[in-house]
Amino acid sequence: MADTAAQSVAQTGTKRDFLKLTATAFAVVGVGAIAWPFIDSLNPARDTLALATTEVDLAPIQPGMAVTVMWRGKPVFIRHRTEQDIAAARAVKLSELKDPATDESRVQRPQWLVMIGVCTHLGCVPLGQRPTDNKGDFDGWFCPCHGSHYDTSGRIRRGPAPSNLEIPPYTFISDTQIRIG
Amino acid sequence: MAIGLHKSEIKNPVLRWVDERLPIFTMLHKEYGTFPTPRNFNYFWNFGALAMINLLIMIATGVFLAMHYTPHTAYAFDSVERIMRDVNYGWLIRYVHMNGASMFFIVVYIHIFRGLYYGSYKAPRELLWMLGVVIFLLMMATAFMGYVLPWGQMSFWGATVITNLFSAFPIIGDDIVTLLWGGFSVDNPTLNRFFSLHYLLPFVIVGVVFLHVAALHVTGSNNPLGIEPKGPQDTIPFHPYYTIKDTVGIVVYLMVFAFLVFFMPNYLGHPDNYIPANPLSTPAHIVPEWYFLPFYAILRAVPDKLGGVVLMFGSILIWFFLPWLDTSKVRSMRFRPIARVALLLWVIAFFVLMYCGSKPAEQPYVLISQIATAYYFAYFLVILPALGKLEKPLPLPESISRAVLGEKALGGGPLPASAAAMPMEKA
Repeated sequence: MADTAAQSVAQTGTKRDFLKLTATAFAVVGVGAIAWPFIDSLNPARDTLALATTEVDLAPIQPGMAVTVMWRGKPVFIRHRTEQDIAAARAVKLSELKDPATDESRVQRPQWLVMIGVCTHLGCVPLGQRPTDNKGDFDGWFCPCHGSHYDTSGRIRRGPAPSNLEIPPYTFISDTQIRIG
Repeated sequence: MAIGLHKSEIKNPVLRWVDERLPIFTMLHKEYGTFPTPRNFNYFWNFGALAMINLLIMIATGVFLAMHYTPHTAYAFDSVERIMRDVNYGWLIRYVHMNGASMFFIVVYIHIFRGLYYGSYKAPRELLWMLGVVIFLLMMATAFMGYVLPWGQMSFWGATVITNLFSAFPIIGDDIVTLLWGGFSVDNPTLNRFFSLHYLLPFVIVGVVFLHVAALHVTGSNNPLGIEPKGPQDTIPFHPYYTIKDTVGIVVYLMVFAFLVFFMPNYLGHPDNYIPANPLSTPAHIVPEWYFLPFYAILRAVPDKLGGVVLMFGSILIWFFLPWLDTSKVRSMRFRPIARVALLLWVIAFFVLMYCGSKPAEQPYVLISQIATAYYFAYFLVILPALGKLEKPLPLPESISRAVLGEKALGGGPLPASAAAMPMEKA
């Protein structure tokens, strides 16, 4: 009996090793359990999440016009695109794009382009919503911070931004109304 | 080794590199590893470590609460309710902070009692004790201002009453109160400055706690016998003996704390503070938080405005003079049969005052408060100075190890007498 006990100690460590490991493991779990409520309190609170949808009436927006609405504290660009805008966006070859995406994949209805108006470079709001704005070299949007040019489908064409303007989740509630979020 | 580097004994090369340039690991090892500590601590000696843990809990929860709180009279109450209802785990963080304040005072009152009973305030630990009194005063200011922040009825009227204490000062009293308020009543400027100071003071407390602990590590700890260790046979290293003993205390402390937070989180608070502040209507019965009740009772025991304020502040300021008011050379009340009874009566007076403070200012509570207040001060000003001369203390043990181990200290115990005595001879 004594021999086997000595043997098992030699092979697997002492009771003290076992106690140290289990105590440390419990301490780690305990610290994690205490830390989690603090970390989670930094996540969006329930009242913040309750504000996470925005409904927009599209009826007053004429072709060629654009509006900016707020969704989750960020601007959302909604452009009622003209036939020329759509044709220009669809004429581009995917091989010319830095972040290849077809125009079809970026819209639910071709005339309505809905995008988060935040440059994917470092978070500035690009110009291009107002008629007097600089729309960049591709007649879409132009970010004045570091010179990113977006086309009429909101895709990055030139400049430091790594990807196309992001499309938020949205649904058409009716022909003239969308819900973002 | 290069000139100017600390001679480190740390083995790990990375830690050693740091330690040679900034010997924090050597210091930690010296102050919390091998630090020689009297071998006869009882569980009263847990409460310093518990207070330290409690302070850290208050700062951690407070920092996270401040991320969600709005210090404005129009939004403060609602922002606290939002923390309770909408912020993830906000209810938990706020209840821990709220009950943490009560736990802090429970722990610190026991810690102070420990000091009073075992004479920890006596030479050479007078400054250590006085720094502790400073910490207690800072705690009171912090707790008071924290209670104002939710901007409920008790917040508002508590703030009004306590700031009005300063109007008792002759001539400049009203100007002081206007200065404290930043206006002509407790209002938004008051709330804003209280929030700022409530965030600042805990870090001031951390600073004074550092001095408190630094002073402790110069004089070394007192112990239940109140006699100084005479050599290594009277001490044991802080780690692992007292780290593990403190850990036992922490587990019990956390169990009590968790019980309060999860089963009776509002037991120690006042329901009126869940009514938004209304400057036009004073609640029928306003009381401070439970931990201020004894001092509140002293305030109300005196039928004179200035006198009440002076006695209330005096009841704590007198602690600064305690090391010189107690004229006895014997520290521990274990060996002071009369002073021990006098102190226990003082503790009863403290609880009587706490009870009377929670009652309306009418008879018989006023009279009881007056008697208890008289005894509270008599203990410091009459009994302790006189007992030092009159009382015959019991014989003190010749050493800690002798008292702890009995005859074994002279041989056959875990530390053979010869081995234990040797280092003493060297010293």
